[in-house]
Amino acid sequence: MTHESESKKIWQVIAASSVGTLIEWYDFYIFGSLATVIASQFFPKTNPTAALLSTLATFAAGFIVRPFGALVFGRLGDLIGRKYTFLLTLILMGGSTFAIGLVPGYASIGFAAPILVLLLRLLQGLALGGEYGGAATYVAEHAPANRRGYYTSWIQTTATLGLFFSLGVILLTRHFLAPDLDTSIKRFNDWGWRIPFWVSILLVGVSIYIRLRMNESPLFAKLKTEGKVSVNPLKESFGNKTNLKMVLLALFGATMGQGVVWYTGQFYAQSFLENVCNIDFDQSRTILIWGILLATPFFVVFGGWSDKIGRKWIMLVGMLLAIGTYQFIFKQFITLTDPAGKTELTGHRKLLEDKTIVSEKNAADSIHQVTSEVHYTDGAVFKEVKTDTLFANAAHAAVTQTVIKYKDKKVDTWTYRKLVGWIFVLILYVTMVYGPIAAFLVELFPTRIRYTSMSLPYHIGNGVFGGLTPFIATLLTTIYVTDKLSGLWYTIIIGAVCLFIGAVYISNRIDPDVND
Amino acid sequence: MNSLKRWLGIVWLILGPVTIYYLIKTAADEIAKKPVIDTKIQWAVFVIVFIPIAIGMIIFGYYAIKGEYDHLPENSKEL
Repeated sequence: MTHESESKKIWQVIAASSVGTLIEWYDFYIFGSLATVIASQFFPKTNPTAALLSTLATFAAGFIVRPFGALVFGRLGDLIGRKYTFLLTLILMGGSTFAIGLVPGYASIGFAAPILVLLLRLLQGLALGGEYGGAATYVAEHAPANRRGYYTSWIQTTATLGLFFSLGVILLTRHFLAPDLDTSIKRFNDWGWRIPFWVSILLVGVSIYIRLRMNESPLFAKLKTEGKVSVNPLKESFGNKTNLKMVLLALFGATMGQGVVWYTGQFYAQSFLENVCNIDFDQSRTILIWGILLATPFFVVFGGWSDKIGRKWIMLVGMLLAIGTYQFIFKQFITLTDPAGKTELTGHRKLLEDKTIVSEKNAADSIHQVTSEVHYTDGAVFKEVKTDTLFANAAHAAVTQTVIKYKDKKVDTWTYRKLVGWIFVLILYVTMVYGPIAAFLVELFPTRIRYTSMSLPYHIGNGVFGGLTPFIATLLTTIYVTDKLSGLWYTIIIGAVCLFIGAVYISNRIDPDVND
Repeated sequence: MNSLKRWLGIVWLILGPVTIYYLIKTAADEIAKKPVIDTKIQWAVFVIVFIPIAIGMIIFGYYAIKGEYDHLPENSKEL
């Protein structure tokens, strides 16, 4: 085969693998990004059983089912081949995503609705657990040894780009269902949220067509011809001490830290901007979109660089920079969006709402709430909610408690750019820890059990340690209420342990031959 | 370096049970503080998911002490 046709073939392999994996990430994220709308359609809070199913859908699919998907499909991939296994995961993911968009709401079919959504969400988690290992293995087994990091890094861009597309499709749908924005948002919350789910089936159709035209991985095909395919990949992967120790090393020395850095840089950062800094819904998402767009090429840069200097230190330096600067960067988010240092434009204050409501704590107390739009000299516009509680109790009769909070903050252009800059830095750390990791994992395990062996540590690291990051971080902020940055300690501790284990135990050697 | 790897194995071996203890204690405290279904499921998931991982950490520490990481396999013949 000529150099040119070899090069053409590897790009076809990358395209076929990446497009499918990107769609799977897109499918997985739209559910998370639309969690609030989905909860109101399928899991009404007033019904405790529905609320229970909601919690299960959130936690079980992402964190418990994904490693099981890695085991189930990893085993299949090592038994019947990479091509058909990750074709199956794609069909499963696309089908269940499309079906979520079709399920009638709780108001129409009652409990059947949340149960169906939960089952479909579990299928999504299973499919995602099987997809990544297959795609990474498939590309790596086609790639030349000296370019393995570079070629597999294209697969690494898909998780971030999947998030990018999910945010983009949601924002576009939310804005274009009616000429007037308020009506459009109302329509989106009513039925328009289904569109991003339906879009998936078109993307999956195209991807299936592309993947069907691809051949099996040459290394796996060779194993099959020689009759050397593993008979029991699970037993060989986890029952064999020499391989199990490598699985544990991959988890504790690499994927565990990668997972927390990945989720902190993208999900927790966005949640922090929206819920702690109270930035407007659209702005908090477009800031992330710009950050992703600017940083994504660096997955390929660091993946390619890892072919020259090794995988280990790029990943570990990324982890070190992340845990060393998180506190400073997240503090910048708070400072940049703090109204304290801003000067209000006099005469521009606009009254939005003035109401008196009965206190939920004590029906005799009354709450006077005034919502105003405040304009600042730098161009920022914040909504100020001033709440006065008038106590009925004689002991408090003379006391009026006033609380001022800000929400839906629209920051000025300069602050917006600074926030994009900091998000870019956070995602740059993600590209360092994540760019070379596919090549690193592929090189750690032999061909006959590669799919199974690399999928499990990846999905425990990324799915369990990483996926739980936003929840544990938020939980920490509710325990240590005075410290808004306390949520970062989870990432810092897990990242530090992983960094230490990685630095001491992992080798920086690039495996010259993954054919064995 | 190899002796450092082995000595550190003790740390990982201890870290596993300490994590399990801390996890169960925190879960019990948080559930007692707010005994609603969301808290119970949330903490049950944390405990169920992280205990096997902590056991993995104990095994990792044990292998480190035994010198299993002194030399990492360089081809499948060593596996």
